[in-house]
Formats: sequence, C-alpha cells, structure tokens
Amino acid sequence: MVRYRFTKAVTAAALVACSGAFLSACSGDEPDPGSEIGADPKLPEQSQYLIPPMHVAKVVGWKDGERPKVADGFKIQALASGLKHPRSVYTLPNGDILAVESVAPPEASAKRPKDLIMGFVQSFATGGGGGGNEGSNRITLLRDADGDGVAEVHDVLLDHLNSPFGVVLVGNDLYVANTDAIVRYPYKPGETKITDPGTVLTELPGGPIDHHWTKSLTASEDGSLLYVGVGSNSNITENGIQAERDRAAIWEVDRESGRHRIYASGLRNPNGLSIEPQTKALWTVVNERDELGPNLVPDYMTSVKDGAFYGWPYSYYGQNVDPRVMPQRPDLVAKAIAPDYALSSHVAPLGMTFASGTSLPADYREGAFVGEHGSWNRNAFNGYKVVFVPFAGGKPNGSPKDVVTGFLDGDEQARGRPVGVAIDKLGALLVADDVGNTVWRVSATQ
Amino acid sequence: MTYSTVPITMRAYRAPLRSIPLHFSAACFTGALITDIAYSQTAEMTWANFSAWLLASGLVFGGLALLAGIIDIFRRRFRFAGGAAWIYVAASLAVFVVSFFNAFIHSRDAWTSVVPMGLTLSIVAFVLMIVAAIFGSITERRIVEGY
Repeated sequence: MVRYRFTKAVTAAALVACSGAFLSACSGDEPDPGSEIGADPKLPEQSQYLIPPMHVAKVVGWKDGERPKVADGFKIQALASGLKHPRSVYTLPNGDILAVESVAPPEASAKRPKDLIMGFVQSFATGGGGGGNEGSNRITLLRDADGDGVAEVHDVLLDHLNSPFGVVLVGNDLYVANTDAIVRYPYKPGETKITDPGTVLTELPGGPIDHHWTKSLTASEDGSLLYVGVGSNSNITENGIQAERDRAAIWEVDRESGRHRIYASGLRNPNGLSIEPQTKALWTVVNERDELGPNLVPDYMTSVKDGAFYGWPYSYYGQNVDPRVMPQRPDLVAKAIAPDYALSSHVAPLGMTFASGTSLPADYREGAFVGEHGSWNRNAFNGYKVVFVPFAGGKPNGSPKDVVTGFLDGDEQARGRPVGVAIDKLGALLVADDVGNTVWRVSATQ
Repeated sequence: MTYSTVPITMRAYRAPLRSIPLHFSAACFTGALITDIAYSQTAEMTWANFSAWLLASGLVFGGLALLAGIIDIFRRRFRFAGGAAWIYVAASLAVFVVSFFNAFIHSRDAWTSVVPMGLTLSIVAFVLMIVAAIFGSITERRIVEGY
C-alpha cells in the first residue's frame, strides 16, 4: 500500500513534469511512427527536450539455437558466427564474401558534460554480446564452397585497418573505405590473404572529432568513379560548423587519380550507397538528426542527384528549418530538396542493397533491403530489423515489409542489431549483425 | 552606555562553513551568464561549452554549499532570524533549482541550448544570486549581532 502510494506520487510528479512545454521525454506522448513512412511523410511539430530520451537496448547476444525471425517464404541461417563486430558484408564475383569487422575510432575529448554521459549510455549499445571487439578492424573472407549456407572458410583477408566500413571491387582493385582514407589493394580471385600494404587513393575526413565515422563505398556502373559517404561530425553542428567541412556529403572520387569533389551535400549520415539496377542512379540511406522529438526527423532513403543539397544542417525534408543552427542560411534552405522516401524516425538505416536475381520470393525481386540498426533517441524502440522497400520503375512503390526481425528479445534486450546488407552469389540476402557478431543468410524456403 | 551583548568586534568571527562553496558556486553561475552572453553574440560553440561546464561545476559547489548550510544550522552558524533569512534561503535554493534546469537546457545541441531559454535562466539565476547576497548579508549581520 505504501509502495503503491509512493508509485502514485512519483507518477503524479512525472506527469506534472511532462506537462511542461519543453519536457517531452515521457513515453506516453510518443505517437506511432507509422505515419512518417513513404514518399510524403507527415512531420509532427518540433519539440525540444529538457532530458532527451537515451534508450538503447542492452546487448545480450544470441544464445545457442536462437536466430532472427524471417518473413513467410524465407529461411535464415548463420553464414558465419563468432565474428568481431561485423558491420558490412560484400560479395565478390567468385562468391566469396567479405565481412568488414570494425570498431569505432576513439572518442574525441569531451567537449561538455553531456559528452561524458552520452558516451556512458552508448557504451551499452555496442558492448557485450560475447566475442568482444579486440582484434577487430579487419576484413574476414568467408567462403561457402559446398553451398550449404554455412561458410567453412574464415580467413583474415586484411588486418589492422582503421575503422573500415565500405568495400568495393572494381576489376582487380579492391577499395576499402577506412574512416580516414580510401585504400586500394590488388586482389586476385580466390586468394584469402592480401599482403600488399595498399595504396591510399584519397584521404577522407577522420579525427580528431569523427562523430559519424562509417564511410560507405560503391562504384559507378562503369567503374570509373567511386562514391563515398562522409557523415556529419555532430548531431546538429554542436561541434562547431568548422568541424563539418567536406562532411555530411557524398564524395565522387576518380578511381584512377583519386581526385574528388562533393557529389551531393546536406546528407547528415549517408550509408548503404548502392546503384539502382534499372535506372543506374545512386541511392543512399540517411540517418537524420536527433533530439527534435520521438518522431522527428524521419531517416530516409533517396536517389542522390548530382550537385543537390538535402538540407542538413539548416533544414530537413525541404524547407523545415532547424532552429538549432546559427547562423542560419536561408539561401541554402531555399534550394534544399526533400528526399524520396521516409523510413520512420530514428530507425538508423546503416545498410542498403538492391534485390537482384530471381532466387528470392517473387515479392522481393524488385526493391531495396534496408538494415535498420535501431533507435536510441525515443522511448519505444524503432527499427532493429531489416525491411524491404518494393520498387517499380526505379522508384519506391509501396510500404516497407519486414523481412528479418526478432533482433530484440521479449525483454527488449538486443540479441543482435542489423547493419550492412548484401546479396550473395546465389541471390540470398546477407545481413551483418554487429553486436550479434554474426553474418546471417536469408534465402527462399524452396 | 552599557551593552546588552558583547560588542561585535570582540567576538571571534567564525566563518560559516557554507561560505566558500557558496561563493565558488556563485562565481560559476555568474561565469555561465557571461559565456552565455558571449555565445549569443558570436554563435561560437566554445562559449556554450564553457557555459555547460560552468553550470555543472556550479551545481557541484552548490550541492556542497547546501550540505554545509545544513551543518551551519546545527553549528548555530545559521538560524532563521526573521524574514530576511527566509528570503536568503529561498533565493539560494531557487538559484540551485533554476541552474539545475538550466544545465539540462544547456545539454541541448547548438543554438537553442542557450538562446533563448538557457540565457534567460542564467539571467534569472544571476538576479536571484543578487537577492540572496543582499538578504544573506542582512541575515548574517543579524546573526552576528545576536538578534
């Protein structure tokens, strides 16, 4: 009884606190994020927090026999487990699969008390799960020679990299996007270890502040150009606008000379760079800004137009101005273009790949798979799954479908979190699960 | 002329325990106001970061001052000597509460961590500190004089 009264008192105090204009960190006022998916999302009003929600799922890892759930018509198996924080997967022409295992670069020195607290909270999201991160920052080659969906060969192809993420093969050149440079390595089909030290093609913005450090990489259709995603150095310019030089952009890099230019900008944290197979257009998934409310700002996928500006930091979805940026730039806001397709807020899309081939069920042959790493900046979890966005004529066409779920257990603890996705040589979907230390293979049941 | 009490000058002055942390705290909050003004004029993040640290430090010293103040009551270095003492205590606590909320406002990112709410709260805290200082000195005189 006493306990009950105490609970009531606490609840009452919380309600009083929540009624404040700038206090909106309580879960009760988090509407369903479903209305902000698709080509024309309904964006709610901005709300700035007194205490922003910092709700990350504690990592517990996969126990023996546990695996994610898949949609009807699919089956899932672990292509490789016991990896160390795999963040992306890439299929080589001979069917070998590269798992890029990486750890975040060291945090920059704390600029303010919040950095200490955030660092502490976020450490829950990446730690645990067994395996550990020691010895990571490498690329492991996986080979499933007998085609049973389990890789018999695990060989370290490249080691001692600097927080690698993106990887792409053009001809016999293997390009690895470390957090601070694109490095080229000679590759021979079938080899399981590269001893060449590699050649730096282009340096990329790295530390000392390296907030969004994952450098996603892909090549143009003819292989002459590389596209690399360079994320912003802050949530919303709180590290100073100087720290954002050449960031929040996709760079186009000449593969021969290393010369580069900004291909498109205003993209807060672009990942999953992929060429759409019909139109050959460059697409990306983007992590939008935090701390404007549980349903702002929706992360998105978009085709990337040459020279376009997508708003960050000054505005989002066109001309919705962010009041946290000063000085403001009405000239840039005026030319900001809205992205193609919203994926819902804070789902954290970090991987995307287009469907190819005919081995997956019929509804999943034209469109994009998106790995949603999962939210931290809202009380109800969002994301933590792989979805499929159907396409028609090179454009999204319809609602996303859940393909791989069950990364959170019944207690909302993270058994794994999906990041990069790829299609293997037989047409199955591969999912890098960083805290689950696994690469999952999702294929049709037939 | 006779004195009913010992003259002030003849008492050994015992500084209140809360005095030092309270002054540190006041210096931090005043500093936060200054760096908030600097940020509002320049939009240079360094100033907003200074404010956040100053607020956090001020709250640590303020918390120590609160503990010391309670000890002062037991050591009879403070008592609620009339309305001025109540105003002094209320204003001092209000500075702490306002700055506590201000620290959270300052944990937002970039411009709106300071303008307008953060700067406003820094000004409010500063005015409250002046009120606390005035009524604190009145109270102190009364306590020392033995009212």
